Amino acid sequence: MARKDFLDIVSLDRAEIIHLLDQAVPFKDLFTRSVKKVPALKGKTVLMLFYEPSTRTLSSFEVAAKRLSADVTIFDVPHSSVTKGESVRDTIDTLQAMRADYIVVRHRLAGQAAAIARQTNASVINAGDGAHAHPTQALLDAFTLREVYPEMEGRKVLIMGDILHSRVARSTSTILSKLGVEVAFCGPGSLVPKTQFRRFTNYEEAMKWGPDAVYLLRVQKERQEAPFYPSDREYHSVFGISEERLKRIRDEGIYVMHPGPINRGVELCDAVLDYERCLISQQVENGIAARMAVLFGLKPQVS
Amino acid sequence: MSTALDPSAISQAIDRLAEQIFQAAAGTQVDLVGIRSRGDEVAERVYDLLKARGAQVRLGVLDISLYRDDYEHLSSNPTLQSSEIDFPVDGSHVVLVDDVIFTGRTIRAALDALFDYGRPAKVDLAVLIDRGHREIPVEPRFVGETLSTERKDRIDVSLQKTDGKDLVEIITQ
Repeated sequence: MARKDFLDIVSLDRAEIIHLLDQAVPFKDLFTRSVKKVPALKGKTVLMLFYEPSTRTLSSFEVAAKRLSADVTIFDVPHSSVTKGESVRDTIDTLQAMRADYIVVRHRLAGQAAAIARQTNASVINAGDGAHAHPTQALLDAFTLREVYPEMEGRKVLIMGDILHSRVARSTSTILSKLGVEVAFCGPGSLVPKTQFRRFTNYEEAMKWGPDAVYLLRVQKERQEAPFYPSDREYHSVFGISEERLKRIRDEGIYVMHPGPINRGVELCDAVLDYERCLISQQVENGIAARMAVLFGLKPQVS
Repeated sequence: MSTALDPSAISQAIDRLAEQIFQAAAGTQVDLVGIRSRGDEVAERVYDLLKARGAQVRLGVLDISLYRDDYEHLSSNPTLQSSEIDFPVDGSHVVLVDDVIFTGRTIRAALDALFDYGRPAKVDLAVLIDRGHREIPVEPRFVGETLSTERKDRIDVSLQKTDGKDLVEIITQ
């Protein structure tokens, strides 16, 4: 029996993850056809409910749903009655009456997607809830890494940046470790929590660990009330990939990933984007395939 | 349960398909596209026979899981496999190949899928077995064997590469 909702990575077992990764492959194959669309979700309605600004995730879901032939409605929260004081609960009742089959939710509160899932018969997909989870990002990251390392077991991935506030770090580290990948975190001491994963607070030491891929997190200026580093230049010199550091990364054949949008001159210098093992644009393309696999795999209980 | 086709009857049916397609092609290019699963194996075996006779033939595989019309009735959606059509479909003479034709709905889905790859000049249909009971107006041009069945019977096809043996059985309810 298929799941109704897709809320986090923690509750998926390894077999389910592998199944989703396998399913994403034929979806990606469609992108090279002249007609990139299939009729699998014809007549279904996908509602995008984004309480936080997002361009990439929103448009990635929109493209994914449209390539499955679903009808997509974007519930424009900043201009909706939410700003007139409507509660999330009441909004969901409204959407329920519109008979949405799938609701894609982004909200700044952890657990909001799960709360919505309990209230509706529609399939709910978490597109990011606070610092809790971003499971479709995790899936596309695992898919991207698997394309370059079909046998992922025993590979090493270093996740670098503000780990503490990052839902991407949480979800991606969880999926990778479920797939047998070794994960380590690196960042400023106060922003790297103690977890089961190896922990570094120094770039050079982290690189000595010998990662197969370095996953750079975006510096989330909007989430920090007080900045944790004095300037962009300072961050770049301590945890950013400079041209100097890129040389060693290239020599060792290390892959570079980033969830986007990138801050040039902060997490990475321009030259990284031309590096042959930079996977950032593959991540964007794979995001659509991974989200198609998620949408196709769920079963709404709407009749 | 009764055996409808034994291994030698299956080989003969595949020979007949190859012969009919060879005659119809009359020296022109044909592209066999097998429908997963088992239609792909039938197509491959016909392909080998046509190749051996020097026909101009190419082989592709189509997965129609995303084109089915019965998701609503399934508890979980089907597992997808890749389609492999490595030649341009535009302007080509495609022969869709399946193991069994029954209601015809699979072929409708396959035509939808095929036309999303391009615009073939001509499409024919070849089936190993025609068991009757069509629900839509689709008829095969090439047929390996015709079986008369009841609507509620089930036909179980096993093929060497997919299932480890060649056998067609009718399971009566």
